[in-house]
Order: sequence, then structure tokens, then C-alpha cells
Amino acid sequence: MTRVHVQLAALAAVVGLALAPFVLSPFSITLMNYIGIYSLVAIGLALLTGVGGIVSFGQAAFVGIAAYATAWVSALNGYSPWLGLLFGVALTCSVAAILGIVTLRLQGHFLSLSTVAWGLAIGFLFGNVEGLGRFNGISSIPPISIGSFALVSSAQIYFLIWGIVAAILFLGYNLMDSRLGRAMRALRGGNTLVESLGINAFQIKLVTFVIAAFLASLSGWLYAHMSRFISPGPFDAGMGIEYLMMSMVGGAGSLLGGVVGAAIVTLLKNSVQDYLPLIAKGASGQLEIVAFSALFILFLQWARQGIVPFVARYLPKIQRERPQPAPPLPRRVQPTPGELLLKVDGAERRFGGLIAVNKVSFEVRSGEILAVIGPNGAGKSTMFNCLTGALRVNKGEIVFAGRPITRDAQSRIAKAGIARTFQHVKLRPRMSLLENVMLGTYARTGAGILAGAFRLNQREEASARHEALMQLERVGLGDKPFELAGNLPLGNQRILEIARALAADPTLLVLDEPAAGLRRQEKLRLAELLRSLRADHLTILIVEHDMEFVMSLVDRIVVLDFGSKLCEGAPAAIRSDERVQEAYLGGVA
Amino acid sequence: MTSDIAAILGIDGIATGAVYALVAIGTVLIFTVTRVIFIPFGDIAAFTALTLAALDAKRFPGTGALVVILACLATLIEIISLLRNGELRLLPRALLFYLVLPLAVVGAAWLAMRTDPPLAIRLVLALMLITPIAPLLDRIVFRPIADGSVLLLLTVSVALHYALVGLGLLFFGPEGVRTEPLTSFSTEFAGVLISGQTMLIVIAALVFSGLLYLFFDFTLVGKSLRATAVNRTGSRLMGIRPARAGTIAYLLGSLMAGVSGILIAPVNTVFYDSGFLIGLKAFVGAIVGGMTSYPGAAIGAVGVGILESFASFESSALKDVIVFSLLIPVLIWRSLASLHSEEEIEE
Repeated sequence: MTRVHVQLAALAAVVGLALAPFVLSPFSITLMNYIGIYSLVAIGLALLTGVGGIVSFGQAAFVGIAAYATAWVSALNGYSPWLGLLFGVALTCSVAAILGIVTLRLQGHFLSLSTVAWGLAIGFLFGNVEGLGRFNGISSIPPISIGSFALVSSAQIYFLIWGIVAAILFLGYNLMDSRLGRAMRALRGGNTLVESLGINAFQIKLVTFVIAAFLASLSGWLYAHMSRFISPGPFDAGMGIEYLMMSMVGGAGSLLGGVVGAAIVTLLKNSVQDYLPLIAKGASGQLEIVAFSALFILFLQWARQGIVPFVARYLPKIQRERPQPAPPLPRRVQPTPGELLLKVDGAERRFGGLIAVNKVSFEVRSGEILAVIGPNGAGKSTMFNCLTGALRVNKGEIVFAGRPITRDAQSRIAKAGIARTFQHVKLRPRMSLLENVMLGTYARTGAGILAGAFRLNQREEASARHEALMQLERVGLGDKPFELAGNLPLGNQRILEIARALAADPTLLVLDEPAAGLRRQEKLRLAELLRSLRADHLTILIVEHDMEFVMSLVDRIVVLDFGSKLCEGAPAAIRSDERVQEAYLGGVA
Repeated sequence: MTSDIAAILGIDGIATGAVYALVAIGTVLIFTVTRVIFIPFGDIAAFTALTLAALDAKRFPGTGALVVILACLATLIEIISLLRNGELRLLPRALLFYLVLPLAVVGAAWLAMRTDPPLAIRLVLALMLITPIAPLLDRIVFRPIADGSVLLLLTVSVALHYALVGLGLLFFGPEGVRTEPLTSFSTEFAGVLISGQTMLIVIAALVFSGLLYLFFDFTLVGKSLRATAVNRTGSRLMGIRPARAGTIAYLLGSLMAGVSGILIAPVNTVFYDSGFLIGLKAFVGAIVGGMTSYPGAAIGAVGVGILESFASFESSALKDVIVFSLLIPVLIWRSLASLHSEEEIEE
């Protein structure tokens, strides 16, 4: 299957949707309208939950804010629904931005619980504000008019709803395939990796959150002007979980899954309403919610992946072309070999009463490979985390390329030119090798959200793709750029991390135990790669456990023991140093 | 607001808060042992109130049918899972725990009802009928995904709450109930009238928290529960079965939720769907305690009760908005105070 096939399939779907109202019964058209309206929210949730890893129970509140806003503007104050759209979108996005700024720093389930909290609070608000009709709601909302043509019947508003859904899908998929989209997809699985690539994780989360709210506000606007009447019911916490269900049933990682999920849940609900009264007369309302929740629980127990990813497995793979040569991305000015690059001066880090790093000082000169070694608990990892900004030193100073970075955030240190790998490999297993390496180019590129959505970023994208491919080839992984990263063996995953770090065009490469868990052959190949990088004048700092690996490779060694620097020197000198032997072997044999 | 009104509101708040505290302690108990944020606890409390009201009215409560259905479902699932693992020799045990015991409880309650029992017996019956529900739900709903992320368990838990609300309407009907006060005693303290019911609520909360403390610190089962809470794998290596620890946690938690339901029934009218707000407010309290500390949860829950009492005096329509908005700063404080490992997030 090639790109053309995909485009043809999309075209067929659009034509099919455009012809549908001429074939379907009015009832089915209304049903389709509801599916379209719910789809918008579910697409936003797919982005938020499936892509960004933020589970929100509160989207219904955003739909409600926009619906009440446009109802207030058009029904209560007599202005045009289009002004209602502007007001609704602006209000919803502002509320989302404020909520996001306050809550998005929360971790894991705390964040989801906060969505329950504000979802409920906003939901209660609708029913209790005097000016919004309390529990009676707001009626006689005018229809949307285009020029003098009012979209009154369900067949008329159908085209507006599905036109918006199609446009959102198109823009959404473009965005997913852009610089910002890759950053969003990298959010799932933790902040540490994202920050280490020079990406401000909080900012990306906030953008994702506001986009999801924006889609919910479109949905709310359409809902208000389609049903012409609103009350608090459709925006309560129960509806919030129904939206979540739609996006999860469809397959939370996929935007199309939002539409599929909305369709399945809506149709299922409709048929449940049809058939339940046959089974239990008079109790259908109660049974409906029971049946629904039970189905959702079963789904979460047995098929968490969702439908679209499940079906996609059986479709032929999309064939992609290898990236073509493109103008290179701007490069950093590399320091002259031998120049002082990194200076750690009296670094100290405490955890309560424990001094993990105690007044450690050392220097890294441009073009060399320096190893920091030491027995377990020597403070290597703490030192490493302080260097990369994952931890702050309590005392002392760290200067990189003439600039103090002691108090900088991880993403700023990354932007300054320090690229790192991880002891426990951190890749995005469901992204391709090429995309994983392209993540590394984030700080070197600049396309924003609109450029991504409207594909105005193509020159930069081509350069980034080509750069990523070159780095893959440089480390010897260039033969299958579209393979998923999760399918690689551990040794190659470590190499892939190095390619990703190289794509950031660093001046200093910091490797955290790169040889851990590797087989002998893999270690030899890794050492070979690092030597070739040194030959290209790249400076490398290794924190390592494996003495044999280190001794044959590096120029200088710093030995840590119990948090303090024991000694420093060339490998041969370190090997014969009595203090080092004592630290490692517990006394001279 | 005069000091008199403030005192009345304060006492009212403490009483409500004590009820929340019982549910909050149960929530913490279950979360620490099973990692499930059990939102439906409030529903269990509300169901207890409805059960008691039915018993008072000399009707056999819908709880019986609910327990029977859940017991059959749990047994079925247990048998299937035993068949799959080829462990049919465990079948008699499974039948005893998931089918015979719950049915025996329902049967005993049904027999006892024919003798027109006094209030004390009715209280015991209500608690007996309510306690099997949560452990059975645990078997049906949570056991198959016991190793899932906290987030998955939370999503399932929210869905389960909606299922229970639907079942509540089905088995108890839409009418609200308010039971007879357990005591008509009242006293005046510093010029403010305190009802016996209020005192009973506070005393019950204290007694049950104290019993729980004794249970955890001085019994082997309690210690095994604490061990499971700290490290599932580690405690499994020590011969503790997390599933069994979970069942005990659900039993104890249901008991506490049941007691709170009995205590709140004479004070507030309870509907089939009242549980959600009880559960959520208790949960706000539990979060104040970081979901791990029992005294913290109890203090937090009492705080929520007092806040709610004063908020409803200022603006009764917006009291829930105020309580839930307040959850956000609490969450932020708690999230900052606790260190998370990244590995829990699913890729």
C-alpha cells in the first residue's frame, strides 16, 4: 500500500460521507450528526489520552462551556451564532489554558483526579448559575446561518458538522506527522526523555490540552445550534466518561479511532435503547447505564488497544520511501579541540543526611573521551543527573562552554549542546527508528503548531528527515529506518539512543552506562562507534561500570568512591593506583 | 455570621466529616492494598442506608438479589479461571467463598426478617448484606486487571460506579429514604445543642479508626495487609497472597462504608445515587492524607465536612462547586509532596 492508496481511501470516505444524506433516512442523518459532534471531542481525547498520555474525565465540561457560551451570546443576547463560536472557543481555550497551567504539572493519576475535580465543579456550575437557566437550561437557540441560509434541518447542518470533522482529521494527521506532533507522541512514557531532548514537556502538554479543549468547544458550539436547546445533563461527569470510552474503544492512540469510537458507542447506545425495553419493561433507563458500564469494563479488561489499532494490524503496511537528500539543518560551532568544555567545581549533592556527591571537581576538554567510574554507590549516577539537570547540586558550580548551567532546567541544558543517553534505554517503542532520531532534531528546528497542521513545514521536515537518516547511517542502523524502535535488540536500542543524541548536533555527548547489559560483540561495536565519533572531534563523557570497556577506550578517567573524587588520570595510571584497587577489590591482594 | 451559627455549623460539619472519614479510611485501605481508587465506596454507604430503610419498613431489601447475582457471576468467573489454569482441585474452596457464603448471608437475613427483628439485629443484617458486595465486585471487575496501571484501575472504577448507580435505581427504586434516629438523646454543650446522633457519629468514627489501628498493628492479618501495601511482589515471596489481602481490605472497607451509611441515613435523605458525592468527598479527604495515611485521611475528611457545612450556609447551590474546586490545590500540594517513578506510565 502506498501513499496514493491511502489518499484514495480518504477521498472515497469523503465522497461517501457527502452522498450519505441523500440516501439515509432523517433519523439516521440525525444519528450521524451526533456521531460527528461526539467525534470531535473523542478526537481531542485521542490526542490527549492516547498520544499525550493524559487521561481526562472532564472533557464534557469543555463542551458545556462552549455550548453555554454560544447559547448566552445567541439566544439570550441576540447576536449571531458565529460570534457565539468566537466567544465559546475563546472562553473554552482560556479556561483550559488556566486549568492546564495549574494542573498539568501533576503526575500520573493525580492529574486524572484533578480532571474529575474540575469536571464535576464546572458541571455543577451550569445547573446553579441564575443567568444560565439553572436546571431548566436555555431554549430557543437560533440555528447557524451561512449568509442568509439557515441550517435548520438535520440534513443541512450535517454538511457543516462532517466538513469540520474531515478538516480536523486532515489537520490533525498533518500535525501528528510534524515536529510538534512527534514531541506530543513522545510525552507518553515520561518527561525525562522529552526534557533531555530540549523539549519543554510542560509546554507541549499545555498545547495538547488546549487543542483537545478547542475540539471540545467546536463540538459544544455545533451541539447547541443543532439541538437548539441545552441543559446541564449532556455536560455532566457521566458524559465525560462516555467521551473517554469513545476514544478508548476506537483506539486511543489514533485520531480516526475517535470517529470510529464515537460511531460505535452512539450506535450501540441507540440499539441498546431499542432492545432493552424488550428484555426488561420499565427498567430500560437504568439497565442502559448498567449495560454500558459493564461493556466498558469488559472492554478495558480484554481489549485495551481499541479497534483501529487492532484492524490496522491486518492492513498492508504503508510503503514509505527513504528520505531524499535535503539541505542540511544549521549546525553548531564546535569548540576547538583541547579547549575547556565542561568544568565541575566543588559539586555537592545531599539526600537528607546522605552526601551522594561530595565536593567533586573535574574538567572535560573538547575532543576527549572522559570516563567517570566507581563502585556501586559511588555517586556516579547522581553526578550524571546533576550534569544533565535532572537533579540540582546543593553546592558548587557547573560551567559548560563558558556558561554556568548549575541552575538550568534539563531542556535548557540540552539546548546548550549536551545530549545524553539513558542507563535504562528510553525510546518510544511504537515510533519508527527514523522518528525516534528525528526527536533529537527538535531543538534545531522551529515549525510551530499551525505550520505543522497546514504542512507549511515541508522544507524543514525534509532536512530533519535527511539528518535523521544520516545519523542512523553513521551509527550503522541505516538499513531499516521505518522499523519500530521496540523491535530492536537491546544493543541496537542503545546505539539508536546515540543516533538520537547525535541528531541534536551536540558539543558534549554524555552516556550513562552505555555498555550495561550488552554482549561482548555488542560492546566491541559500541567502542568502535565511540572511537569513530572521537575521530570526528566530538567530546564524550561516559559514566560506566565496566572497567574493561572503559580502559581500552577512554583518554582520561575520574574515579569516584563514596561520593568523593578518589583520583584522576590516564587509564594506565588508574589501573595501577592502589587507592582504586582498594576501592574496587577491598584491599590490595 | 454569629459565633452561635458558626458553632452549629462547625458541629454539623464535624458530624458530616466523621461520616466521610469512615469512607475515606476505607478508600485509603483499599488503595494501599490493591492500588484501586475505589470510587464506588460512597455507593456502598448509600446502599447500606437504603437496605436499612427497607428492613425498617419490613421489606426484604434489593441488596439480597444484588448479592445473589454478583455471587453467581463471581463464581462463574472463578470457575472459568480455575478451568483455564487447570486448578479444579481448588473448586470447593471457590464455591464456598464466592457462592455458599454470600448465599448463606442472604438466606440468613431472609429467615431473620420473618421474625420481625429489633433494631440492633436489623443493623447487623444491613451490614451483613452489604459487606459481600465489594469483595465480589473485586473478584469480577478488578482481579483480572490487578496488575494494570493505577490509571487503568481508576478508569474502571469510575465506570463501575456508574454501573452501581444504575443497579441502585433498579434494586432500590428512585425514592429517597431517611431512617429513624438511632438515639433521641441530646445535650447542651457551651450553649449549643448537640444531638445524640451527632455524638454517635463521632464516637463511631473514633472507635472504628481505633479498631483499625489495633488490627493493623497487633494482628498478623493486619500486618500482612500492610506488607502487601508496601510491596506486592515482596509480600508474595513471604507467602502472603495479594488477592486474599485485597479481599480482606474490601471486606473491612465495606464494613466501614456500611457503618457510615447507617450513621448518615437518619441525618440526610439518601437516594440511590447519593453515594457518588459521599464517596467523592471522602475521597477528597483521603487525598489530603496522600492516599496513604489513615489519620491524614480522617483529618482531611473532617475538614471537607466542615468546609461543606460553612459553604452550604454561604451558598447552598454552589457548595459542591466549592468543595471540588478545592480539590485541585490539594492535589497540587500532594503531587509536589510525593515522588513518583516514571516507570508506572504505560508506553
